[in-house]
Amino acid sequence: MWQRISAWPPVRWLLSMWDVMRRPGVHYSLGFLTLGGFIAGVAFWGAFNTGLEATNTEAFCTSCHEMRDNVFEELKTTIHYTNRSGVRATCPDCHVPHAWPDKIARKMQASKEVWAKVFGTVNTREKFVDHRLVLAEHEWARLKANDSLECRNCHSFNSMDLTRQSPRAAQIHKMWLGTGEKTCIDCHKGIAHHLPNMRDIPQG
Amino acid sequence: MNNKIPVFVGALFLVVIAASTFVVGLSVGKKSDLQPGTPAPTLADAKPLPPVTIVPGPGDQQIDAIRRGAPIDQEIPPPAMAKVENTDVKRNRAYPMQPPTIPHSIDNYQVDLNSNRCLLCHARANADKFQAPPVSVTHYMDRDDQFLATISPRRYFCNQCHVVQTDAKPLVANTFKDIDTVLSNEREKAN
Repeated sequence: MWQRISAWPPVRWLLSMWDVMRRPGVHYSLGFLTLGGFIAGVAFWGAFNTGLEATNTEAFCTSCHEMRDNVFEELKTTIHYTNRSGVRATCPDCHVPHAWPDKIARKMQASKEVWAKVFGTVNTREKFVDHRLVLAEHEWARLKANDSLECRNCHSFNSMDLTRQSPRAAQIHKMWLGTGEKTCIDCHKGIAHHLPNMRDIPQG
Repeated sequence: MNNKIPVFVGALFLVVIAASTFVVGLSVGKKSDLQPGTPAPTLADAKPLPPVTIVPGPGDQQIDAIRRGAPIDQEIPPPAMAKVENTDVKRNRAYPMQPPTIPHSIDNYQVDLNSNRCLLCHARANADKFQAPPVSVTHYMDRDDQFLATISPRRYFCNQCHVVQTDAKPLVANTFKDIDTVLSNEREKAN
């Protein structure tokens, strides 16, 4: 049985690779291999992380017309793009987790978005509007599951001075956010982009 | 070819009119022409424009909200944007059927086919969660006073009747008196 499996070409190739890997080096010194491996590792990691961060910029997101002409245009009218103090959120601030493992997980999910880009799933305004509910629901589900982590990266309830809010906002924040019964996205849907048809979608 | 003659007469008439207009224009223009030897006016000779007095605040006498008294050939800095009152304190209504004004800011509230941000809090079903005054029963009635299950389409766009108030000063004085004041004045007169 084993003989038949090991005779199968992919397995045979893997086995031969295993033989190569476990054999000690004969041509290169241990120093070269360790130092070279270290330097190659630094170079690889640097390149990988730089590439990763390059995809984590607004310039990258808006290099596609799907984002530039739809969601980015909508963002421009909101307080997260322009406001009195000039502090603003860029796309990845809200849409990509900041912690590394979560970020990698999100980036792996985003490979599906590359697929959508390649096959033009939302490459016209009409297609985008048709898909808006689905796209929005993904983001709502993500923010609901992580307790609006991307909101809270900037908007911490503990740092909110409720006395500086309007009485109505202070009361509602204390009642729902303060008790932990609701999270940001429960009420604040559609703050940065236009909403899809909200019929039968619970809000608040 | 009878209609050749009227066409010819018409053309002749036009030519005569044009020629006489030209002659009249020439003679009139010559009279008002500059005397020979007078240098043509240059830009430097032009009189400086009189200094503009700008009325930035509320014009008690004028209601020129756009130009605010500035001459038509001059541009004046725009007035400061009025701030929306965001105090959450309900205001009185000037008359019984007045739609109540909105006592908070509504920046970027999406009210369209897809969503109505106002109704997030002011819908009957959500009023308890947000302690907001629910929209009145009239908003659930059609034009024949029949009750509907949901907000009446003709009442859907809140801003058609309900508006925010800003700290902008009124452009014109207002002498409106509400009905209670009118009635009490009448009573005083009668006594």
